[in-house]
Amino acid sequence: MTPRDLAAPAAVTLALCVTPFVGLDGAMLNLLIFMMIIALAAQGWNILGGFGGLASFGHAAFFGTGAYATAILQTKAGLGAWPSLLLGVALGAAVGAFIGFLSFRSGLRGSYFALITLAFAEVLRIASNSAEITGGAAGILVRLDYGFWNMQFEDRRWFAVLAVICVGLSLALVRWMERARFGARLIAVRENEEAARALGVDVFRVKMGAITLSAGVTALAGCLYAQNFLFLDAQVAYGSWISIEALFAAIVGGLGTLFGPLIGAVVLLGVGEITKAVVGGVPGVDLVVFGVLLILTVAFAPGGLAGLAERLGFKRPGAKRIGLKGGRA
Amino acid sequence: MLLAEGLTKRFSGLTAVDNATLRAEQGAITGLIGPNGAGKTTLFAMASGFLKADAGRVSFAGEDVTATPPHMRAEAGMARTFQIVQPFAGLSVRENIAVGAFLRTPSRAEAMARADAVGRRLGLGPDLDRAAAGLTVAGRKRLELARALATEPRLLLLDEVLAGLNPSEIRDILPVIRAIRDEGVTILMIEHIMQAVMNLCETVYVLNQGRMIAEGPPAQVCEDPMVIEAYLGKGAAARMRADAGGAAHV
Ligand SMILES: Nc1ncnc2c1ncn2[C@@H]1O[C@H](COP(=O)(O)OP(=O)(O)O)[C@@H](O)[C@H]1O
Ligand SMILES: [Mg+2]
Repeated sequence: MTPRDLAAPAAVTLALCVTPFVGLDGAMLNLLIFMMIIALAAQGWNILGGFGGLASFGHAAFFGTGAYATAILQTKAGLGAWPSLLLGVALGAAVGAFIGFLSFRSGLRGSYFALITLAFAEVLRIASNSAEITGGAAGILVRLDYGFWNMQFEDRRWFAVLAVICVGLSLALVRWMERARFGARLIAVRENEEAARALGVDVFRVKMGAITLSAGVTALAGCLYAQNFLFLDAQVAYGSWISIEALFAAIVGGLGTLFGPLIGAVVLLGVGEITKAVVGGVPGVDLVVFGVLLILTVAFAPGGLAGLAERLGFKRPGAKRIGLKGGRA
Repeated sequence: MLLAEGLTKRFSGLTAVDNATLRAEQGAITGLIGPNGAGKTTLFAMASGFLKADAGRVSFAGEDVTATPPHMRAEAGMARTFQIVQPFAGLSVRENIAVGAFLRTPSRAEAMARADAVGRRLGLGPDLDRAAAGLTVAGRKRLELARALATEPRLLLLDEVLAGLNPSEIRDILPVIRAIRDEGVTILMIEHIMQAVMNLCETVYVLNQGRMIAEGPPAQVCEDPMVIEAYLGKGAAARMRADAGGAAHV
């Protein structure tokens, strides 16, 4: 990876860092933070589902683990917010490795793999709804206490900057992956496992690496979520809403592309917000919009919005990437 | 270089390969022929580790690799092509070959450069930036060979790489295969095209209904009454000799 490879991610991150300071009101700031959280969750999904072709219905398992770890380590173990966040990412990655080990050892693929991830997320949701450490059905509250070391900012613009920086890090990670042997092998495994194996690719190891990275990135989204709202319950942490939004944003934005998940998250939540403003507070109307956008994407832009942009001639600088001709729906 | 001893594979009742033994000598081109369904591809799959043998053992460069998974055999220097080509359809030709080259270098620049070199050598130069899915049959066969070659193997297992090619394409590719051998790569090839076998192979094995029924220099194998009776059918010996004569001009 050369410094030039990081130019585009750095530029996008810088531009996003500036947005909180251009006079956004509170609601817009919240929307921006939420977009960043979903973009992270979707980028995690994209690493496994987009680059690796291993679609999951259960990324809530990683999101929720990151979220609960961040909250519980602070409230019950007395750890600082920053170490809690790092441990949350590590624990989320560990849950990913665990699910991956069980699934890939037994050669699960396709819809079987997707359903296993869903089952894990559901088990975690039900367990955390009754466990004591998670606060059970009542949920868990992180005490409001402003301060940098608590990762709580009276001026919420700083939390937005933090979320943007995390997205920037995820962009750098995926850019590295695209350039590295690991990324080439992951795409090869997606395209044809047998052929990859014949060329010396340890398919199990590559998939393990992918799910661990993927889970870690989505867990980071969960950590930020917990720290942003300072409240969690089982439905929020491990509920299928996040699995679905991560998947939708990744597909609408463009599977297996660097910027797809970010674009997808911004467009989905943006359109959802506009719809709510126009139609009013009809419950679930944003989900209807998400569904329509997903159908339109699959039907008219199988490479997602990023793929569409490329087809219309917006080539990114240095866009000589391995294996990313659009993407796959 | 490769020794397969007493390999047996049964598929629910059908014995696809039955106690077959085969040796590929270092630096030589060895052929494996036999009618359709004889078990040649199955034998290859066991040699390369994609199928677990029910009985028998495989050793490679003096080491027992019977229980070694395919990716580790590849790392040890064993490369195979697939009879039914298996391109990474969404990738460009260069990227396809680079996946093979990545086995010997973690550097993207080196892998791409090596992919370019191997691709050009196999006549894929003009296609390097094209999607692999858009290649012709001949192109895909070359791509199979190029990817395998990019792993810098010591042993190449080629499963009907000439099938589906027209005579002029075959004429182009035969010298390439010979040149690969001349660089010290041992080759074991399954082939239907007799000219190629006669022309290239030092030793030929004949598989019929899972059993190895003959081995030896191609000319001698063609004379073998067992082979003529069991595999080639009556009157085939004369045709074979004619083919062999024709092959001299290829
Ligand atoms: N995976 C499999 N399951 C069941 N039967 C198989 C399988 N693979 C091959 N066979 C059978 O084994 C026999 C040998 O096949 P194959 O090795 O492909 O022959 P060849 O390559 O010599 O044409 C055939 O009868 C084929 O139908
Ligand atoms: Mg065959």
